[in-house]
Amino acid sequence: MSTSVERFDERARLRAERVGRDVVHRGELLRHPVYTRVLHWLVAIAFVLALLSGFAIYSPWLFHWLTPLFGGGPRTRLLHPWFGLVFDVAFVFQFLNWLVPMAWTGADTRWLKRIRRYTTNEDKIEPAEVGFFNGGQKVYFWAIVLSGVLFLLTGLLMWFDHVVPAWIVAVSYVVHDLAALLMLAGFIIHIYEGTAAMPGTFRAMTDGTVTEKWAWTHHPAWFRAVTGRDARAAYEREQRRQAERARTVEAWEREQDAHENTADERVP
Amino acid sequence: MSNPQTFQIQEISAHPGPVPGAGTQRAEEVCKYIDVTTCIGCKACEVACVEWNDHPFRETTFDDTYQTMPSTEWNYWNLIKFAEDARDGNLMWLMRKDQCMHCEDPGCLRACPADGAIIKYENGIVDFQQDNCIGCGYCISGCPFDIPKFNEKTKKVYKCTLCSDRVGQGLEPACIKACPTGCLHFGTKSDMVQIAGLRAKQLREVSGFADAGVYDPPSIKGTHVIYTLHDINHPERYGLPKNPVIPASYTYWKWTAKPIGLLMAGLGLLAVFFHRVSVGPKLPQPEEPPLVSEHADPVEAKRKELP
Repeated sequence: MSTSVERFDERARLRAERVGRDVVHRGELLRHPVYTRVLHWLVAIAFVLALLSGFAIYSPWLFHWLTPLFGGGPRTRLLHPWFGLVFDVAFVFQFLNWLVPMAWTGADTRWLKRIRRYTTNEDKIEPAEVGFFNGGQKVYFWAIVLSGVLFLLTGLLMWFDHVVPAWIVAVSYVVHDLAALLMLAGFIIHIYEGTAAMPGTFRAMTDGTVTEKWAWTHHPAWFRAVTGRDARAAYEREQRRQAERARTVEAWEREQDAHENTADERVP
Repeated sequence: MSNPQTFQIQEISAHPGPVPGAGTQRAEEVCKYIDVTTCIGCKACEVACVEWNDHPFRETTFDDTYQTMPSTEWNYWNLIKFAEDARDGNLMWLMRKDQCMHCEDPGCLRACPADGAIIKYENGIVDFQQDNCIGCGYCISGCPFDIPKFNEKTKKVYKCTLCSDRVGQGLEPACIKACPTGCLHFGTKSDMVQIAGLRAKQLREVSGFADAGVYDPPSIKGTHVIYTLHDINHPERYGLPKNPVIPASYTYWKWTAKPIGLLMAGLGLLAVFFHRVSVGPKLPQPEEPPLVSEHADPVEAKRKELP
């Protein structure tokens, strides 16, 4: 099954490549091809719309804030299931696209065990075994898979609530909310990690590329796989070069200072 | 749908904040009292309801009973339910007028997510305001009596209004006016409870129905439609739940767990914001420009000093 999925994905990626473009500059690595990026943003847009319209109905304290965005309460209720459906359909494609790199490994379990070190920025660069996706990203992915299934199941039951027994709607209501809260928690962390927490990450989903520096810092095993170089060695080499550059610049500046001082003495 | 200016509002669905003017004035609680023991199943109340509310007569489903249709519908709010009940080797034909019970603690109102779509008045009438209804159908699953019904065309939910438009003008509901046997009564809640109690006593002591009693379920703090039943121990024989309750989804979950979830989400946003401000970002290494000194990082030094 996985080979047919891979074949399907390969074809889809090639087709996307024919329309879109992946431009990689020197010192950069391609992280997400056009196909992945388009899917990501389809899922993201549908998710945000479903989230906002859903939270309008979620709580009386949000109803008046969020329903105007969608043209009032009745329209919010009308649109919400469609946003959800687009989200789920788009995510099915992303699911197939990422099924292979999202497979859980021992490295991910070890990553989760050092999550405290990760959140407090203890380590300068990630351990050598962290691959294309780290344990946290995989947890988020599988949480979306779980929530997506729950959303679809309970959502359909509530969409056609006048044909299913009342108690099913009452139970679905709670399950749908739990899935939403799980997703919201992941969503907040996801956006934070993708923007403010890790500069240089957001472009992976817009231009599709990241710098090599970014790659050896955050995903060393992936860096090794695509460049054939060891991440820590590359990091230490860059560190030495940086120190060398700094020394060169300092020497040049000292020289300039001396030059200017002698010039100043000549003025009067 | 009633004009909310007719009565004093007591509760509003999904309303953030207090109800304007609540409790400033005490209104008598109204009540409909139905004596099922004197109902003859003539359906005059059904016709009166359809006429007064100007509902077109709808197609029905024949299911081998005298019942007009299987259940109440969005434009058929008043339905006599016929049940054939075996008792002491005999057949008892039970007829009960089914409609909105106008609960003191209405499950529909608890479940409703749309501000002002369901209003409960001080006099006990629970009324839907279709102008504010978003058509989600949560009220349908919140109702212990299966009363609110969805209209596919308008995408709104409808139910019996207890003729709030008539009651507001000092008239009794249309069904009451049409009843030929006098098994339907309308008045204040206290009066109706008293009359119903007297009738139940009479049934027990004179008519040989030892289990006769009044149906006014305390599990939802009572209703504004009450019944005297031949057998109060088995209300399900009349199609009434013995212990009607609002699903926990619309009580504990909605009004306790949901706000906590919302609070957690807010705290989560604050948490990531302050994480950025305090712990700072993860920059690609080595950082550019370089740290003041790789080996004399003041933050690192301080961290090592700590126990």
